[in-house]
Amino acid sequence: MDVLQLIVSGLANGCVYGLIALGFVLIYKATEAVNFAQGDFMMLGAFITLGLTNAEYMGLPFWVSVPIAILIMGVFGYLLDMLVLRRMFGQSQIAVVILTIALGFVLRFAAGAIWGHEPVSLQSPIAGKDVNLGGLVLGLDEVLVVIVTAVATLLLYFYFNVTKLGVAMQAASQNQLAAYYMGIPVKRVHSLIWALAGAVAAIAGVLFASKGSIDPSAGLLGIKAFAAAVIGGFGSLPGALLGGLIVGLIEPFASYYIAAGYSQIAPYLLLFLILVFRPHGILAQVHRKKV
Amino acid sequence: MRIVFKTSYDRDIDLFKHGPQAFWYGLLVVIMVALPWLLSEFFLGEIINVLIWALAGMGLMILVGHTGQASLGHAAFLAVGCYANVLLQERLGLPFILSFPLAGLISGVVGALIAIPMTRLHGIYLAIGTLAIAILTEDLIVIAEPLTGGISGMFSPNITLFGFEIERYSTPEAFYWLTLAIVIGVLLLYRNLLRSPLGRAFAAVRDSEVSAQAMGINIALTKATAFGMSTAVTGLAGAMMGHFAGFFNNETFNIIISIQLLLMIVVGGLGTIHGAFFGAIVVALLPQAIALSRDFLGSTLGLGSIAIPGLESALFGLILIGFILFEPMGIYGRWLKIRTYFELFPFYRRDMFRRQKSYLKTERMR
Repeated sequence: MDVLQLIVSGLANGCVYGLIALGFVLIYKATEAVNFAQGDFMMLGAFITLGLTNAEYMGLPFWVSVPIAILIMGVFGYLLDMLVLRRMFGQSQIAVVILTIALGFVLRFAAGAIWGHEPVSLQSPIAGKDVNLGGLVLGLDEVLVVIVTAVATLLLYFYFNVTKLGVAMQAASQNQLAAYYMGIPVKRVHSLIWALAGAVAAIAGVLFASKGSIDPSAGLLGIKAFAAAVIGGFGSLPGALLGGLIVGLIEPFASYYIAAGYSQIAPYLLLFLILVFRPHGILAQVHRKKV
Repeated sequence: MRIVFKTSYDRDIDLFKHGPQAFWYGLLVVIMVALPWLLSEFFLGEIINVLIWALAGMGLMILVGHTGQASLGHAAFLAVGCYANVLLQERLGLPFILSFPLAGLISGVVGALIAIPMTRLHGIYLAIGTLAIAILTEDLIVIAEPLTGGISGMFSPNITLFGFEIERYSTPEAFYWLTLAIVIGVLLLYRNLLRSPLGRAFAAVRDSEVSAQAMGINIALTKATAFGMSTAVTGLAGAMMGHFAGFFNNETFNIIISIQLLLMIVVGGLGTIHGAFFGAIVVALLPQAIALSRDFLGSTLGLGSIAIPGLESALFGLILIGFILFEPMGIYGRWLKIRTYFELFPFYRRDMFRRQKSYLKTERMR
């Protein structure tokens, strides 16, 4: 029973990591840029939902405020790309990394200034309820996290591989100039993908906040999600989820079986080993570079 | 505009391009040496802080600016240098003059060893790998508690050099001169490195790995050497940081410091030694500038003392975003433009520093 409990809580955590990792991978897949502020996007999404839902702020019903928060984060992502990141067009990847790290600092400060630095909890109807699955009692939040993540990953996977816009996004990533010649509006495609990443971050934020409390530095969770994305294979959507689940499952087992202090390094140790022995992740998408 | 008439190939690798340049740098050195008589103790402490950050910045600049390998984990090597220096002094009883270079050496060897698997990684993967190392180091310091003191930390002893006792508060001038001497020493080494075949190899690897390989450069070896040199210098900076701070534990060298180091050299100007110094001035003096302006605003507007947590890093982030968007070449790049404007007046053209547009192609799925 203990092991089962660990697996479930690990899966739920892993799904949140996976969702944040999905945001990383979405942006990377379509624009070849890495958004280091994805964790802070998640934090912002959670806080916007909190600001809309909690009684001391707007007091809207939970199921109304979640779509609004997702929409707001989508618009935020779109505008961010349109106003800031579009100027970076054609500059090196590292410049974008540094820019988004700086953006993370600013977002963390903004959230702290608006909602304070103390951990607060989201007043959601999901938190604290149980589901009874044939004698197995699970938290509703944990079950919901797993379901939402699975659905989101499937939808995004089909979106990228089947729909016209999804294929256009892949093309824009593989060769910007050629995609432009083919009539793909590369700039708008980029903005759309940032909007999508913002929306996914908002979903992750809501799920994360319903599992516990949230504070402005929650965005640092992004580093762990990043490790997850790399473990799974950067650029692969199922890989992101797989990496998230692996990291999520390792954590509770490591803290259960290994002495405290050693357990928290387990995900990073795995990341390091993966980078050394299989540099492009489990579901690798990189092949040998040609000249 | 000064036209330097070169009569031999050796002039290309001269330390100074022309006499007046040597004069201005000489004047700068004289002013720096005389600084303890010109400034109060408080500002001298700030200048020491700038110099130490500049030292760390130079370390990272070798790797990021001149070899083109991004690292988000250099705080780990600050930590290695710092702990190695203090442990060598306390456990083995070595004097500072031995422990300090040894700390740099240890840090460099550790960096080169880590670089061997890391050199297979590119761009973003390398950044992540080094990030993982920084996080691991932070936890390793806690785990290795009998050696490092873990969370409760360590106190650094006073520096004893040629019979003199050097400490930050009782003898700030001596501490300042020591730091200055170290910085100038490393600076000369760095300049000479750039003039040597190895430095040229670094730049070749940065600009195009394929072309560098075609010119007969061993890429993996060059990258590992760059890593080793970079981490050695960073280790020296870490050792000085330990002596300057007096106390340190696992959180002194956290991941934020790594990121700040990288951001610092970007603000200063990637690929130039000047950039490390300009960036250090911004990073080390920004908290003081914020505090001063806060006091000023508080007293003039009658608000009392206002404290906004996190303002410092947010402001730093905004400055950085501004630089990346509007001046990717950093403070030094801007200075070069201004100088060229005046040197060529009135013939400066707007496009003189414009870079060719490039379009991304993926490294995946070929």
